[in-house]
Amino acid sequence: MAVTSGVPRTGVETSRVIGRGQTSGGIDDVVNTPVLVGPQRTPTWWWIGISITGALLGLYLISIVRLVTVGVGIFGNNQPVSWAMPIINFVWWIGIGHAGTLISAALLLFRQPWRTSINRFAEAMTIFAVVVAGLYPILHLGRPWVFFWLLPYPNTHGLWPNFRSPLDWDLFAISTYASVSVLFWFIGLIPDLATLRDRATSRFQKLVYGVLALGWNGSGKAWQRYNRAYLLLAALSFPLVLSVHSTIAMDFAVSQVPGWNNTVMPPYFVAGAVFAGFAMVLILAVPLRKAFGLEKLITLRHLDNAAKLMLATGMIVVYGYGVELFYAWYSGVEFEVFMAYNRVLGADHGWAFWLLIACNLVAIQPLWFRSVRQNPLALFVISVLVSIGMWLERYVIIVVSLTKEFLPSSWGNYVPTFWDWALYAGTFGVFGTLFLIFIRLLPSIATTEMKELAHHDAHHGSDPYETIREAYYRGEVPA
Amino acid sequence: MSAASIPAATLHGLIAEYDTPEQVLHAAEAARKAGYTKMDTYTPHPIEGLDDALDLKPTRLGFAVLAIGLIGAATGFGMQWYAGAEFYPLNIGGRPMNPWPNYIVITFEVTVLLSAFTAGLLMLARNGLPRLYHPVFNAPGFERATRDGYYLCVEAVDPRFDPAATHTFLEGTDPVRVEEVAR
Repeated sequence: MAVTSGVPRTGVETSRVIGRGQTSGGIDDVVNTPVLVGPQRTPTWWWIGISITGALLGLYLISIVRLVTVGVGIFGNNQPVSWAMPIINFVWWIGIGHAGTLISAALLLFRQPWRTSINRFAEAMTIFAVVVAGLYPILHLGRPWVFFWLLPYPNTHGLWPNFRSPLDWDLFAISTYASVSVLFWFIGLIPDLATLRDRATSRFQKLVYGVLALGWNGSGKAWQRYNRAYLLLAALSFPLVLSVHSTIAMDFAVSQVPGWNNTVMPPYFVAGAVFAGFAMVLILAVPLRKAFGLEKLITLRHLDNAAKLMLATGMIVVYGYGVELFYAWYSGVEFEVFMAYNRVLGADHGWAFWLLIACNLVAIQPLWFRSVRQNPLALFVISVLVSIGMWLERYVIIVVSLTKEFLPSSWGNYVPTFWDWALYAGTFGVFGTLFLIFIRLLPSIATTEMKELAHHDAHHGSDPYETIREAYYRGEVPA
Repeated sequence: MSAASIPAATLHGLIAEYDTPEQVLHAAEAARKAGYTKMDTYTPHPIEGLDDALDLKPTRLGFAVLAIGLIGAATGFGMQWYAGAEFYPLNIGGRPMNPWPNYIVITFEVTVLLSAFTAGLLMLARNGLPRLYHPVFNAPGFERATRDGYYLCVEAVDPRFDPAATHTFLEGTDPVRVEEVAR
């Protein structure tokens, strides 16, 4: 809180896309000052946060050492549940990442001006989530040090990877997604890095931000190419993000396991990813705007819109649950029917399904009300519940389907071990540490785009129906 | 005005500073109408209409990205076809040796990977980046160009450039100030 202490907080909340009266210089100061202050002025909450995430990061590294020295036997995975926590957590994390790309790419293509203030930290969230997610399948391999066997490279074995396998599609999809996300993020950051270079006070900051800004000077021709490149990257990233989670869904859908072999999987997984991703955006945005005093840039409108998207994608996901059960019945396959029965009413894991319904269906229903959508605390709580719900969804799909497949003689149970949980807790350390370092050293809001938005807002307004909408919000009948 | 403070041999141009995007837009239009061609604006954010005001040709970046994207698609598919159907054919349950639907995902990913990096890196290369030194950074107070300052620089290589006449012209476009920029 040190950065904003003493600043009066009354009347800062607004439901416009950007608070009234924002100037280029003002945006610069509010976003970049906390980034450029010296280490001795780092806020206390940051040190507390990084101590916690640093401890979890330590747990992550210890778990990896344990995994490499002992082997995957430290996990609870065994036949018949050979895919368990590592794959649940992989899908959970990569799903979270998808909202960042959708905000930065899809909303750009759809010309939604409200994306501007949340896209930068959402893209960072994407990258860090993909880092965490991408490590999981590698760690799960058993011999992580030969993961490159999945790549087509000239080798003395004279072998190629099996391109017909969805697991190899996954490798291509995730590595492409990770590299394109980093590129998109960095290209977006260049003008902001140039801003930091010009605001920097110390020689060291000038040098670091100056080199990273690559000598950007904002010339007219440079902006023309830059805008085109950014648009192209957005147009390429949008289908990419859909393909990534569809590919992950095909890891399941292409197999014959009851409950997995289902054509609804790709679209339903994509909707679930966006659902979980917007939940994480809200989990990060609510504290971030308070901590840095960004309420006039990340406004109630952003929270409201993110909540609406969360509600819409959440309802698509719930429809997916219904379709899965319908397919099980309509297929007439006894294994599918049993899977559905076991999932919903089974004595072992029925609790997981009903808890999932409570988190993903019941908990999001208050979002129909504007008063809830514009209440940061309520959104934070609902988003945490949604994150838990989406984790349970993958638990239900992966673990519950595998425990009881075809032959009753092969049925088994699954119990996560200490190291399963330790590695999962550690992933929060990796994500949190990277995110805290990001918000300390780089602007968490795209200042360049915000300046353009502020200028546009000052001259043309951000919303042609603003007066009507505000009267409506106040409960008055619009004129 | 200090017309002779920088010798002509080391003069990059004259730069005018403005407070609003509209002013720099009008100044660029006026300069184009006055016959100047070697000029550029420096602004904190892109400005709509500047391409026309500066008479910039549309960028051809999209065509390069399309071409590389098609090469990526051919490479991605070709690699899988070669591995699966030519180099080491695998008979899996009597299915076709060249099951093209299985190859779509990787073909798509390779296409996107190559096109995205073409878009990003070619944009930087065509903009001459990374290039940490540029004469325009010599302009006094140029730090404003990433904050709230809008600049128009008429370069000395312009055939119509004349230190005194161009200075007078720029003064007439209502700038905050006009300065010489060393090369």
